[in-house]
Amino acid sequence: MEKPKPMPEAYYSLLEKIQAVDFVLLELNLYLDTHPNDADAIEQYNESSYESRALKKEFEEKFGPLMNYGASYSDYPFDWATPPWPWQV
Amino acid sequence: MWYYEKKLQYPVRVRECNPTLAKYLIEQYGGADGELSAALRYLNQRYSIPDKVVGLLNDIGTEEFAHLEMIATMIYKLTKDATPEQLKEAGLGDHYVAHDHALFYHDAAGNPWTATYIQGKGDPIADIYEDIAAEEKARATYQWIINMSDDPELNDSLKFLREREIVHSQRFREAAQMLIDEKDKKRFF
Amino acid sequence: MHQRDYHPYISPFDPCKPIEKKTYSTPPHLFLGFQEENSPQYKSAAEALKRGTLWPSLYDPYS
Repeated sequence: MEKPKPMPEAYYSLLEKIQAVDFVLLELNLYLDTHPNDADAIEQYNESSYESRALKKEFEEKFGPLMNYGASYSDYPFDWATPPWPWQV
Repeated sequence: MWYYEKKLQYPVRVRECNPTLAKYLIEQYGGADGELSAALRYLNQRYSIPDKVVGLLNDIGTEEFAHLEMIATMIYKLTKDATPEQLKEAGLGDHYVAHDHALFYHDAAGNPWTATYIQGKGDPIADIYEDIAAEEKARATYQWIINMSDDPELNDSLKFLREREIVHSQRFREAAQMLIDEKDKKRFF
Repeated sequence: MHQRDYHPYISPFDPCKPIEKKTYSTPPHLFLGFQEENSPQYKSAAEALKRGTLWPSLYDPYS
């Protein structure tokens, strides 16, 4: 069996960009749960959501699907259940 | 319904193979004020609380699973290639004979996780106040673990998790206020 | 680091070396109240992630 290769630097840097934008989204989400009428925060939430989607599209084209159950497209052969998993990298 | 996303909420790096630190971190994996308790507490309470705070319990409960995965990653990395001898020296000999390198939901002293760690009283005020207390207890536990750890990279991730407890406590305090305020009263600043 | 301190009673018969001043955390959310709209945010998403919160008013360093 071939040994799995370590991920390149671009994997980590792009993943961290996604982690940052998704963190802003999560923070705004919890905030909006208790401040549902803050229009500025909703606008920032929607803009960040757009930014997150763009980053994830770029990431998935390079490194494969981020999400399961059809929320991400698959290449051939099925590339969802392939390493590395988040706790391995 | 949940989707899994193949990423951690925050990057986890550890500097060295250090099973002793893993032994302490297990407190936040399967301990009373750990991340498993937090996730299950909030996701269970959301069925019997006024609609205006259900979303918050749902979303914080979900974030707790992301934290559980970060803690698991720390433990996994700190013990991955540790020999039985190293585990024994770290006080994990008892863990090894029952679980080898498997993670298990118990606290730092080896007590298995139990549902008695969490409350679902059905009274909205009692439940939200329980949640605020739980966040403060988890924050304190992170402080004590950081005090025991000399791994700067691990501490970076632990400080992130400690800060999250503060934000959660803030949101639960706001939720308590929403439950106390008069119905549909508009909030002005 | 937001904290308070206190001075525990020290007995001449305490066997461990006395800690004269003890401290405990009092993070900023204890004083914030219901968060106001449009509170200042960290400049970048990367900094928010690093701090563990989007808002400086909720940040509590710990070391």
